[in-house]
Amino acid sequence: MNASTHPSYSTKFIEVQGVEQTFRTAKGLFPALREINLTIAKGEFVALIGHSGCGKSTLLNLIAGLTAPTNGALLCANKEIKGPGPERAVVFQNHSLLPWLTCFDNIYLAVERVFGAREGKAQLKARTDAALALVGLTHAGQKRPGEISGGMKQRVGIARALSMEPQVLLMDEPFGALDALTRAKLQDELLEIVARTQSTVVMVTHDVDEAVLLSDKIVMMTNGPAATIGEVLHVDLPRPRSRVELAEDARYVNYRKAVIDFLYTRQAHVEKAA
Amino acid sequence: MVSAVFHAPLEPTPAKASDATKSIAASALSTGATAQKTSNPPAAPAQTQRDAGALSRAFWQNVLPPMLGLGLLVGLWALVSASTGRSIPTPYETWLQAVEVFSNPFYRNGPNDQGVGWNVLASLQRVAVGFGLAALVGIPAGFAIGRFAFLSRMFNPLISLLRPVSPLAWLPIGLLVFKGANPAAIWTIFICSIWPMVINTAVGVQRVPQDYLNVARVLNLSEWKVLTKILFPSVLPYMLTGVRLAVGTAWLVIVAAEMLTGGVGIGFWVWDEWNNLNVKNIIIAIFVIGIVGLLLEAALVKLATAFTFEEVKS
Repeated sequence: MNASTHPSYSTKFIEVQGVEQTFRTAKGLFPALREINLTIAKGEFVALIGHSGCGKSTLLNLIAGLTAPTNGALLCANKEIKGPGPERAVVFQNHSLLPWLTCFDNIYLAVERVFGAREGKAQLKARTDAALALVGLTHAGQKRPGEISGGMKQRVGIARALSMEPQVLLMDEPFGALDALTRAKLQDELLEIVARTQSTVVMVTHDVDEAVLLSDKIVMMTNGPAATIGEVLHVDLPRPRSRVELAEDARYVNYRKAVIDFLYTRQAHVEKAA
Repeated sequence: MVSAVFHAPLEPTPAKASDATKSIAASALSTGATAQKTSNPPAAPAQTQRDAGALSRAFWQNVLPPMLGLGLLVGLWALVSASTGRSIPTPYETWLQAVEVFSNPFYRNGPNDQGVGWNVLASLQRVAVGFGLAALVGIPAGFAIGRFAFLSRMFNPLISLLRPVSPLAWLPIGLLVFKGANPAAIWTIFICSIWPMVINTAVGVQRVPQDYLNVARVLNLSEWKVLTKILFPSVLPYMLTGVRLAVGTAWLVIVAAEMLTGGVGIGFWVWDEWNNLNVKNIIIAIFVIGIVGLLLEAALVKLATAFTFEEVKS
């Protein structure tokens, strides 16, 4: 396989082919994922949704390259994903900022790694400042993560990921730990940023509204163990999207209903399965 | 009323300008009360009362208990002194002797009669050398043991075996190998202060949050950056705990080691004064050892808090 046989990977930017993941635990082998097949187009916003323990984060970690699949293959831009790398930036669930560095330095560390070989210090600083400005945190650059709120930390985490100009933005329940109002605000900011940067995004969530509001495609997963993709829902709502207008939109309500139906009617027995 | 009190003791004939500056100084002294006065005169007495209340509470909570503790110690000491027929000197006699000893801490009358300052410095120097060598070996060893499971399994039994050995048991080995009292004492300090540093550093490395290491992997950071930006800062608090324990142990051990090896040093001084039956100096030495240990500990605690970040603790 070379690039000429794939003149364009715009529709198959990320490919997950027959992936199976089994973990070795104290109690023996634990099958987490089986038969995962998924393609993600360039610029697409994909949400992975499912009950806790269904392997959403496991799948995200596989795409990030933080773990290797037991079976099957993952491709990004037609190349096998062999390990993590800055072209697939991850926004971690708990922001994972380094507490001993200022917000600026946290981002600068990433910027320096990606662009340090080609650009001078002034340019790297300008990139860092731009990333902070993108999430509206120019004023907090010299603060340490311990000195700012949870929402701000998460924004710095997003800024760090975006500053690397990644081909894919991988987000693991980025807003899960935040209160509802802050979450809504950050979702709106994310919509705006993604519209501007045309990023490909894969986001793990358990929030139905978040999934419908943000995504082009919602990947719904069955309950674990041995979870797989139950259904893929294409969200065909025009962009830019406004949460206020969508709240009464019949299509939005239908998409929402479809996801809820999947999660709570067909995959309801989460406690028993887990 | 309040600023009038402050004005009263001023010199009788101040020029107008200097009067103004002095009243500024006075109001700076009584900032709270004066500000209260200008904005709301009737509240001034209440404010001073509240200040007085806060002061007396601070006195009751922070000053009185340690004073009582010290008082209890001195009281017990006086009792013991009286009941042993003064073979243990009274606190007052000891105090007089201490004033004399500290009036000239840096004299030298031959190798066996030197000022207390020289003795403390000699001990501190030994601790510094022994402890410094231990840090030089122990901290990198801790990093290696924490980072590589193989090394951890290889050295854990050795550490468990050697750590509980009393430091003084190492002294003969030191004397034998180094053929000198001073290097033997330093060797003893080295061997007893290395373990806390190895163990704490290794534990710190093992407890670096996986999240931070994942960040390093996603960013694809170089080994050097991982070491300087992630491993070292997150291990630092653990390492400093090890350093603190090590210095504490080292200071405990040096006194005992010097008693055996002789020469100059606070431990030797204690032994020497025992041979002279000068109990007052022994008690003074005990206080000196305690205070120096306290200062070492306080300095290291301060250092540790400066390098501990909120989220590392949680």
